[in-house]
Amino acid sequence: MDLIWLIPLLPGLGALVNGVVGIRAFSKRTAGLVANATMAAALLLSLYAFWQLLGLPAEGREHTVRVAPWISSIPLALSNGTVGSFSIPWGFRLDPLSGMMILVVTGIGFLIHVYSVGYMHGEPRGAYARYFAYLNLFVFFMLMLVLGDNFLVMFVGWEGVGLCSYLLIGYWYQKKSASDAGKKAFIVNRIGDWGFIVGMFLIFSTFGTLDFRAVANAAGAMPVESAAFGTLSLVTLLLFVGATGKSAQIPLYVWLPDAMEGPTPVSALIHAATMVTAGVYMVGRNAVLFSHAPMTMEVVAVVGVATAFVAATIGLVQNDIKRVLAYSTVSQLGFMFLAMGVGAYAAGAFHLMTHAFFKALLFLCSGSVIHAMAGQQDMREMGSLKKYMPVTYVTMLVGTLAIAGIPPLSGFFSKDEILYRTFLENKVIWGVAVVTALMTAFYMYRLMSMTFFGNYRGPAWEHGGGHGGHGAWHGPHESPRSMTVPLQILAIGAAIAGFVGIPAALGGGNAIEHFLAPSFEARATLSEAAHAAEPGGAPATAGASLAAAAGEHAVTPSSSDEGGHAAEHISWAGEMGLMGLSVLVGIVGILTAYRIYVRAPEIAERLARRWSGAHRVLSNKYYVDEFYGATVVSGTIAGANQLWTVDRVIVDGAVNGSGWLTVFSAWFSHLVDKYIVDGLVNLVGAVLEESSFLFRRFQSGLIQNYALVMLFGVFTFVSVYLLVR
Amino acid sequence: MITTTHYLVLSAALFTLGVVGVMTRRNVIIVLMSIELMLNAVNINLVAFSHQLHSAVGQVFAVFIVVIAAAEAAVGLGIILAFYRNKETVNIDEMNLLRW
Repeated sequence: MDLIWLIPLLPGLGALVNGVVGIRAFSKRTAGLVANATMAAALLLSLYAFWQLLGLPAEGREHTVRVAPWISSIPLALSNGTVGSFSIPWGFRLDPLSGMMILVVTGIGFLIHVYSVGYMHGEPRGAYARYFAYLNLFVFFMLMLVLGDNFLVMFVGWEGVGLCSYLLIGYWYQKKSASDAGKKAFIVNRIGDWGFIVGMFLIFSTFGTLDFRAVANAAGAMPVESAAFGTLSLVTLLLFVGATGKSAQIPLYVWLPDAMEGPTPVSALIHAATMVTAGVYMVGRNAVLFSHAPMTMEVVAVVGVATAFVAATIGLVQNDIKRVLAYSTVSQLGFMFLAMGVGAYAAGAFHLMTHAFFKALLFLCSGSVIHAMAGQQDMREMGSLKKYMPVTYVTMLVGTLAIAGIPPLSGFFSKDEILYRTFLENKVIWGVAVVTALMTAFYMYRLMSMTFFGNYRGPAWEHGGGHGGHGAWHGPHESPRSMTVPLQILAIGAAIAGFVGIPAALGGGNAIEHFLAPSFEARATLSEAAHAAEPGGAPATAGASLAAAAGEHAVTPSSSDEGGHAAEHISWAGEMGLMGLSVLVGIVGILTAYRIYVRAPEIAERLARRWSGAHRVLSNKYYVDEFYGATVVSGTIAGANQLWTVDRVIVDGAVNGSGWLTVFSAWFSHLVDKYIVDGLVNLVGAVLEESSFLFRRFQSGLIQNYALVMLFGVFTFVSVYLLVR
Repeated sequence: MITTTHYLVLSAALFTLGVVGVMTRRNVIIVLMSIELMLNAVNINLVAFSHQLHSAVGQVFAVFIVVIAAAEAAVGLGIILAFYRNKETVNIDEMNLLRW
């Protein structure tokens, strides 16, 4: 377990090798091998570390490794007047939450790497190595984010995945739409990062540390801000702004659907294993803070359910297979935030994990379909692919049933847990969530219907291989084994991943919730427990206030099963009823989609005509992009123009003015030089020349003259000598 | 009896001849010869006093002067030769390159 820092480092190393050497020198085979080998090693290490973690007692499942100091002790003033020391180590923490995350990231990341080998085989050599370098880098940063034991290390990963999303979405950078989408993702994320950074500043100035455990313990000792909007509420709200950017929630979700411009495995990676889960993970990581800020929790829950609902309605009418999946991701992330918002952190994290399985599966299946259709993404051009690609069909069906919440597939357990916990909190939000679940089942089965059932509506292809050389399209075909094997593995995962969280009502132990619970509580580590022995020490207070928080305010139940959960427990029959309802909702959605899109496709057209206004609004995604374009983007551009004018007139004016001043003073100095300094020198020369007129007469050039003068001189001196002596 | 005074008179006469030669002649070679004359007048003076004072110092000086005179003649003739090659004259009035 002391080697957990190697887990992120290995993919980082792969990225370095592929990025520095690979792009120039490696063959496709070598580049793919390097990337896959580092991922496999990271996966094995993660499995080993996780196994060791399981071997520890439930209370002690937390292991921190400080590899090296990063920033050593800068004194900074805190808000309470004292001076704190800002020191950050390169620290990594393995606990149940990060343990689950590294398994998801490395496991699904590895499968996506394997899949990419097949999917990207048509790329040129250098671009292929570049692709794998980016992919490895992405995983590297995500693992940093997940394993970091303080906010700043997490922030390194946080920014890193933002960078990598930009690089990978814009991977086909020759395509304008792809590079635009990359920029959009990056810039929208920047807005969220602002919230995260400011939140981080506020955390440091409040607590004097950025270490997760220390912050959680300190926050646990603070009173719950149920009445007034205090520091914790502000901190969590700012952190949540960061989370909305990274995890594509209202109002910052617009980048995610555009991110479909990247290669499909990248979409799978962004949507399932990395990036979008970062926001959910971050909220879960700071569960103690959020638990103490009920107002933020309400915001989180409302934003989550609104995002889930809005994205699902848009998903109903999209025709691009990847866009449907993208909106479904936004919607599912909304579910996760809903779970976080009602205090069901473990349920949110559980849904994160199951979603990682079935969404990676769905994306890779859609990639397989797109691969088979030679790049076609419009579902209106597909249909009846079931008979051409049976493996993809079956695996995708598993994924669809999982996301629709059909038992016993994984999505059922996690989504039902969220719905159940929401029902306990707020019936209205629960109602919206159930409708959203209905729509989820509907649009997913619509996708299946349009893609795999019905009649083939795509372009005709040439039978036989006589015509055309390499790359000619011979109709839909099953994908190569490097693509279908990951699909099968993921399908198995999507089918059984839910069994770790079978709820108590069905006779299961809800193992995952008990496993994850310690990550969401304020709790002293073993070393700190000794310190806290003095009266009023952190752990006792923290535990007490947490329990009090759970008891007195219904919106923030503790994630452990005591507290709020127990306070509002409903009967076994009620829970079964809710469960039955969510299954029913899934089945109704599927049957409706089947009826409309397979049995009688004309119904869909009739509906679209009758509700043409609504249909147009949905097809255009509520005009949110246009709205942002008209307000934020053009506002920014107008502001930039204003600033440019200021720049041009004042800054450039000042620069030009000082330039002109320099030229003028140089000219002046030139005059002084020419007429005064040179004049003086010339004057001296002239005076000397004129005054030498007399003396040069002596210089006759006649030697005998000189001799005569010399003689007279001698005579004179001798005479003077003789006479005066 | 020839006394020191006789020598001094001879020396003065020779020196005067030299000075007049240097002052009046236009031929550089003759000027040079006049300078030799003056040097030798001095020599006579030195040897005369040496004889009168019974000291060898004067004679030593005389020998030095003979050597210097020889060197001076050599250098002077060399200069004159070089000058002649350029100007094809040995007239001392033509030798005024250093005037202003």
